[in-house]
Amino acid sequence: MVHKLTGALALGAVLMLSTSAFAQDKRVVTWNADYDPIPLAAAEALIADFEAANPDIDIQMTNFDHEAYKNAIRNFLTADPPDLANWYAANRMRPFVEAGLFADITDVWEANGLKDALASSVPSASIDGKFYAIPYTYYQWGIYYNRDAYKAAGVEVPGPEGLTWDQFLANCEKFKAAGIDCVTTGSSALWPVAGIFDYVSMRTNGYQFHSDLAAGKISWTSPEVAAVFENFGKLQPFVTANHAAIDWQDAAALLVQGKAANYVMGNFAVGVFKEGGMTNDNLGFMVFPEITPGIPRAEEAPTDTIHLTSGAKNPEDAKKFLAFMASAEAQTKWNAAVGQLPTNKNASVDAADPFLTAGFQALSTATGGIAQFWDRDADAEYAKVGMEGFQQFLVQPDQLPAILDRLEQTRLRLYPQ
Amino acid sequence: MFPRPIQKSSTAAQWIYTIALPVALLIWLFPLLGVALTSVRPASDLAQGNYFGMPSGIAWENYKFIFTQTPIGQYMINSLWVTIPTVIGAVGLSLMTGFALAVYGFRANLLVFFLFVAGNFVPFQILMVPVRDMTLNLGMYDTWYGLALFHIAFQTGFCTLFMRNFIKALPFELIEAARVEGVSEWRIFAYIVLPLMRPAIAALSVLVFTFIWNDFFWATVLTQGVDSQPITAGLSSLNGQWIAQWHLVSAGSILAALPPVVMFFLMQKHFIAGLTLGAVK
Amino acid sequence: MAEAAAKTAPRRWSQRSIAPWLFLAPGLIMFTIYVLWPIVESVTLSFYDWNGLYDRDGNFTGRFLGMGNYRELMTDPAFTVSLWNNLKWLVLYMLALPAGLFIAIFLNQTVRGIRIYKSLFFFPFVISQVVVGLIFSWFYAPNFGLFYKLIESITGQGVAVLADPTLVTYGIIAAGLWPQIAYVMILYLTGLNNVAPDQIEAARLDGAKGWRMLWYVVLPQLRPATFIAVIVTVIGALRSFDLVSIMTNGGPFGSSRVLSYYMFEMALGEYGFRMGYGAAIAVVLFAIMMVFISGFIWKMWRDERER
Repeated sequence: MVHKLTGALALGAVLMLSTSAFAQDKRVVTWNADYDPIPLAAAEALIADFEAANPDIDIQMTNFDHEAYKNAIRNFLTADPPDLANWYAANRMRPFVEAGLFADITDVWEANGLKDALASSVPSASIDGKFYAIPYTYYQWGIYYNRDAYKAAGVEVPGPEGLTWDQFLANCEKFKAAGIDCVTTGSSALWPVAGIFDYVSMRTNGYQFHSDLAAGKISWTSPEVAAVFENFGKLQPFVTANHAAIDWQDAAALLVQGKAANYVMGNFAVGVFKEGGMTNDNLGFMVFPEITPGIPRAEEAPTDTIHLTSGAKNPEDAKKFLAFMASAEAQTKWNAAVGQLPTNKNASVDAADPFLTAGFQALSTATGGIAQFWDRDADAEYAKVGMEGFQQFLVQPDQLPAILDRLEQTRLRLYPQ
Repeated sequence: MFPRPIQKSSTAAQWIYTIALPVALLIWLFPLLGVALTSVRPASDLAQGNYFGMPSGIAWENYKFIFTQTPIGQYMINSLWVTIPTVIGAVGLSLMTGFALAVYGFRANLLVFFLFVAGNFVPFQILMVPVRDMTLNLGMYDTWYGLALFHIAFQTGFCTLFMRNFIKALPFELIEAARVEGVSEWRIFAYIVLPLMRPAIAALSVLVFTFIWNDFFWATVLTQGVDSQPITAGLSSLNGQWIAQWHLVSAGSILAALPPVVMFFLMQKHFIAGLTLGAVK
Repeated sequence: MAEAAAKTAPRRWSQRSIAPWLFLAPGLIMFTIYVLWPIVESVTLSFYDWNGLYDRDGNFTGRFLGMGNYRELMTDPAFTVSLWNNLKWLVLYMLALPAGLFIAIFLNQTVRGIRIYKSLFFFPFVISQVVVGLIFSWFYAPNFGLFYKLIESITGQGVAVLADPTLVTYGIIAAGLWPQIAYVMILYLTGLNNVAPDQIEAARLDGAKGWRMLWYVVLPQLRPATFIAVIVTVIGALRSFDLVSIMTNGGPFGSSRVLSYYMFEMALGEYGFRMGYGAAIAVVLFAIMMVFISGFIWKMWRDERER
């Protein structure tokens, strides 16, 4: 069989050598993944470890472009299923589970004591009490900021305890006067605005509200939603003007160049900031400020998962690999390389990385709950209409009544009362 | 001749025209020239905000980079794998259908002809879900032949229109004479009509080549990976990875544009003859 | 041709009645499988709710809705926006006709190197719309794009065309017009080549020139070229998928959607996979296109009968 490779850029050549050299008389496990170069290299290292421990198994990975994968998975799960496939937890895996395309791996969870080791992921990895996913990494969201931009605008640099909402908004006024974007984002792909919205929403009304809103249980005409948009509106004038035309990486460049001070983003962006020349000295992280006092702090931490497909040709060996990916040592190694957080509570985090330790700290003390992110907590269609509404609000805040009306119409259609 | 030949105008007008021509061309191709220039601009220029000034050097390494560090070469090969069989298939099929519709006066002739013509104008979206589904079910999803088969079928519509009208314009007496001598229909097609079709085949080949090379929609719908994705879809996914690296995006764009451009310049006369079919009559 | 058939011997008759179908068979079968039949299937699918997945045994998982998808379309604001944008595309794309004619007249001279000029002007049509989209994205890019800079230098404030919900569609249409004008230009250049010189000279002797000459003498002779130009421009306008997909993905917040893109988004987009709903959108687009196709076929039919 031709070995497929995609989007792997320079690492592709390495991958080709490492996995296809002695593929002949081994039992093959195929794995479709959607890694960028750094996670790909980390996954390759894990495959090497696993194959060293299981010399009779050959893991053959096909790597896809991250965005293309979201489309591709729907085709290959029915047409040409691999044994293993990357995807996401919670609502995002539901259609595949309901169509019977992801296999039940409750046995893997039970045989390896994962309900305990991966306790925090039990709700997002299971549907109706059965497990369909192995979560192996998540990452915190929060505010990344440029200390140099703070200094340039004469604003006091936030300490480790972060800021209050009022301080944050007051800072924004100062940044505006200095010609610096207080909050930047690049929303041409829509999802970055959902991060900001989710935080405003969770800080205004708490985790349960976020969860219910995403599940279509809350009316967009309710006073709670109005309160969220009131706070969102306070942020709106300070967000980078042309965010709708640029990608999140473009906005990252604005932060790097000091043209923007704060960026509500996921931890995966740290690599991009550092590539742009930032260091631990001028790049800072803080949790999103508290808005309504006393609400238990909730955080966004989307979980990435691996699944066994129903069409798997070699489920036995695939399950071995899944158990390996759930293990503390595999997760420690992969997450250390990628700069994310392991979901296995026995795994360890690189203490020298201030962002990982801060994220680990933020998530382990988030008593309010861990959200998966708007577009994973909400049904796909609902998520999209929602994100368009959030983006439109940031561009045209005066259109709020029309936006809420549209969202409410969609909600009533998707979730008939 | 319209407008009045410039040679008959005043010397001043002639001078103005001589100057206006290159200036107009420059303005017309301005975006393209900008991209061509950016494609050889060193990355460091862009990082320093030198987007439009003199490049600090000619950076052929941008091209080297996309060839060695990205699968763009593979994408171009994939494009050829889709394009060439489509050209052969669509031209071959339409020679026969065009012949049938031009030479035989059977009852359903016009109906069949109009089916081909109408099908050619149909929006792709009405075909998308069933064609994708069928290609998946036949196990041809994400293969060059799955994509090529669809293109052959679809292009047959346009090509039939072209071939049929071309054959209609041939002297019918040739066919008549052959029939009187008892030459079989197949031999009439193969030995009398086919040799006269060379200009039509050339024109259609370059046209179909360009259409298929430039196709993005079906490439997106029917392929997904480096193994089979043509350059248009490949460029689009590379664009997703090259955010803000406009020197690479530009180099990739120029590369993707090159084959049809070369084809056009080599076969200009045929290309325009094919495209303007029906514009004069 | 009918009389030709009558003259020949009966034995040849049968061969000649079967031959066209044998010649047609391969092409017609392919065309039926890939073009005609899918139209029927799409129309059927538009009455279903289906997420595109089969279960593990390969069974269709759709649910019959009747007119449900169409009813939803009527109240779907995104559909209204797409339809409205399609209308903008159709109307503004027609600018390609005067613009193409203008350039064609400008270039219809016999000076040195004019052939090279003609082909260079035609250039934009030859390159892929993906490339055109990327070129114009770069042209419009906020903060450093050429267009942005240009506006900034004139008004002091740059305009991020692709982020502005009111401008974005016009920005994409402008990109689409670039190759479309080139196409129309080449049609008119060919047409102008075939304008009868004696009529022009005769009109000139009568004192006609400039606009009057163009309007009363030249344009009527260019009618076939104009007809083809209208057809290809309408089709180009309604097929406007590539540019929207490359330049904005329909954004910001869906302001630049057109039917062809919205259909794709609903059926195969990241948050879509509503195949039935997508099919319903496609049926609407098909119905719009059918108006123009029918007109084209009607004219062809008339021409055929005149022969």
